[in-house]
Amino acid sequence: MGLTNQSTGTKVLKEMFRVQSESPKDIIVALAGNPNTGKSTVFNNLTGLNQHTGNWPGKTVANAQGKFMHENNTYILVDLPGTYSLLANSVEEQIARDFICFGHPQVTVIVTDATCLERNLNLVLQILEITDKVVVCVNLMDEAKRKKISIDLNHLSELLGVPVVGTTARDGKGLEKLKDIIAKVALGKVRTTPKKIQYDEIIEKAITEIEPYIQNSINDQLNSKWTALRLIDSDNLLLESINNYLDFDLSKDELLNLTLKKTHLELEKEGFKLEDIRDQIVSNIFKTAENITQKVVSSQSKTYHPIDRKIDHILTSRLFGIPIMLALLGFVFWLTIEGANIPSNILANIFLLLEKKLVLFLGWLNTPIWIHDIFILGIYRTLTWVISVMLPPMAIFFPLFTLLEDLGYLPRIAFNLDHFFKKACAHGKQALTMCMGFGCNAAGVISCRIIDSPRERLIAIITNNFVPCNGRFPILISMATLFIASTHDTFNSLLATLSILGVIILSVIITLFISKLLSKTILKGLPSSFTLELPPYRKPQIGKIIIRSIFDRTLFVLGRAVAIAAPAGFIIWLMANVTIGSTSILTHCAQFLDPFSQLLGLDGYIMMAFILGMPANEIVIPILIMSYMSEGTMLELDSLIEMKQLFIANGWTWLTAICTMLFTLNHWPCGTTLWTIKKETQSWKWTWMSFLIPTLTGFVICFIVAQGARLLNLV
Amino acid sequence: MQSNLIPLHQLPIGSFGIIKKLTAQGNTRRRMLDLGFIYNTTIESLRKSPAGDPIAYEIRGTVIALRNEETSNILVETISKQE
Repeated sequence: MGLTNQSTGTKVLKEMFRVQSESPKDIIVALAGNPNTGKSTVFNNLTGLNQHTGNWPGKTVANAQGKFMHENNTYILVDLPGTYSLLANSVEEQIARDFICFGHPQVTVIVTDATCLERNLNLVLQILEITDKVVVCVNLMDEAKRKKISIDLNHLSELLGVPVVGTTARDGKGLEKLKDIIAKVALGKVRTTPKKIQYDEIIEKAITEIEPYIQNSINDQLNSKWTALRLIDSDNLLLESINNYLDFDLSKDELLNLTLKKTHLELEKEGFKLEDIRDQIVSNIFKTAENITQKVVSSQSKTYHPIDRKIDHILTSRLFGIPIMLALLGFVFWLTIEGANIPSNILANIFLLLEKKLVLFLGWLNTPIWIHDIFILGIYRTLTWVISVMLPPMAIFFPLFTLLEDLGYLPRIAFNLDHFFKKACAHGKQALTMCMGFGCNAAGVISCRIIDSPRERLIAIITNNFVPCNGRFPILISMATLFIASTHDTFNSLLATLSILGVIILSVIITLFISKLLSKTILKGLPSSFTLELPPYRKPQIGKIIIRSIFDRTLFVLGRAVAIAAPAGFIIWLMANVTIGSTSILTHCAQFLDPFSQLLGLDGYIMMAFILGMPANEIVIPILIMSYMSEGTMLELDSLIEMKQLFIANGWTWLTAICTMLFTLNHWPCGTTLWTIKKETQSWKWTWMSFLIPTLTGFVICFIVAQGARLLNLV
Repeated sequence: MQSNLIPLHQLPIGSFGIIKKLTAQGNTRRRMLDLGFIYNTTIESLRKSPAGDPIAYEIRGTVIALRNEETSNILVETISKQE
């Protein structure tokens, strides 16, 4: 009976944690570790492409799972969020702890950083208190060697009482051995006797008082000593989890509650207030970690490597820090915009050729002309336009950005800029999510996961749309070159470049302003504690960067955009071609919107182009041209001069161009971004806010500029 | 002895201190503890960011940047050199 009970229980739990196992024989392995220890490299190398990513149930924290085979057994590797501790101070820590406690992993692998073992041991010791089946993986052995740190792995294993494997995951070194040991622990071929922390006498005494009351009720489903300690530390989250996963409520156990109260009183008599208990527990764990480290690590140099020191001295210096950063990011953007032109043209030509073949094919099938029109002129052209405009810049930008990430430079940007973000009540890491937003706002919103405090994360998500993405840059560039540059022949390109730069600076100012406004109003409250780790600089792995950034970011974002662009192409075509009376629906709508749009310095067609361009901003200009020419299909004009003449013929002035640029910067996020915001915040309220805030900002700014210019008789 | 204690952000760049007291409360305090900011830990003040705040510190083998608001709640005793 016990067996069936337990196995059904486990099955339900697996579903609760969304573990993707196919057979009950599959062995579940949890992967834990501090951030920046190369945990994801270990995960990627063990599982290869057999991965599945999603979110933890009800949480916005990423849940990655993967599979590997070893000696005819299937192992399901569950990647837990990277945490420094398991005392449940954050959602990530709670998820990691709950999975280790209640997800019944057969083995828990803890990835540690060989270059700073001591701090990593804090987490190891905490996990050893919960479960016996642990393998410690000491990663980054090559970095440690480079820094002349040597670790006695055998001695470490003896002291911890669990197997220890040294690895260099990026080269795949030691991973076969790691699999062997995981298998041995899972199948019970290696016996583990984990080191338990010796607490101060007074706390140990309190534990022995509480433990018997717990032992009865939790029945070996949790380590009773550890549970007792958590209860003494007043860990209510654990009580909730026990209630949630094991289905009984310890807080209703009156005998236990009475004893707990008595113990707390006793502790207080000895001078231990409730908050001191936590200090004492953490101190004991760190002292143990310190002792172990002293016995196994011998280091000939200081941990903050002299070379890293020198690099930081330049890259974060008072004088050069910010200029170097601007130059680096500027170079990345320049390379993206310049470099994307050629492949964009090549792609467009290929799609044109394909289109001709498709037309021939449809002709051969004898399809009616309206099907041809909807399919080719509507869907196909919108789709291929989005791909040829979006793919090349993303395929250049994302790998470059990932390169900076891999080098360890990105946290330095956050370090350099945090002061300005602090003034806006935001987090320094928002600088990074904004950079990502210049590539693609949807990717920028996803990257907000690196901000660990919920309030600052929400600010970063909502304001991400204020920085113009790759899809909006072409609009800005064409407006600047057509209407700002050509009126001053001598400085042509310089002026256009300056105006684009001005737009970027404006977008940063607006972001900071709105961030501040948000935190003073709907997101009121003090900024939560700020901590930013500056990890050692590392040699990047170019090949892996390209593969991962193409798969994880470029294709992911493109896939979402395509999914939206295809149906949108269909709708746009319908609107432009179905007529009521003698005019198309598109024109009817534009005429309806015109009075309001004029107030903002735009016209009805421009507003309509932005509305129809919601699937992807790349198609705003093509829609605009299409409606002005009332051609009914999207096309590219041969020369910029022709385009300018078309615009002027439709009543454009330099003010229209400026207002269009401002509106490009500040309006509703594209469909892909909104969808991503909904997924990341799991809330309609914040998705709506992310829609309304930039839209209203755009209305206000355009109104002021347009009316101001008209009042001053500038136009 | 109390008078020898200074808030961490006043520790001169390049010098070492020993953590003697944590006056932060609640969540901030717990996060500090998790990062190893506990009694009698040696800490080095490494460098200021271009605007002077945050400041990067080395503690227990890692480099961590903290804002002055947080570090004003960590009291340290300056020592001349790492033991």
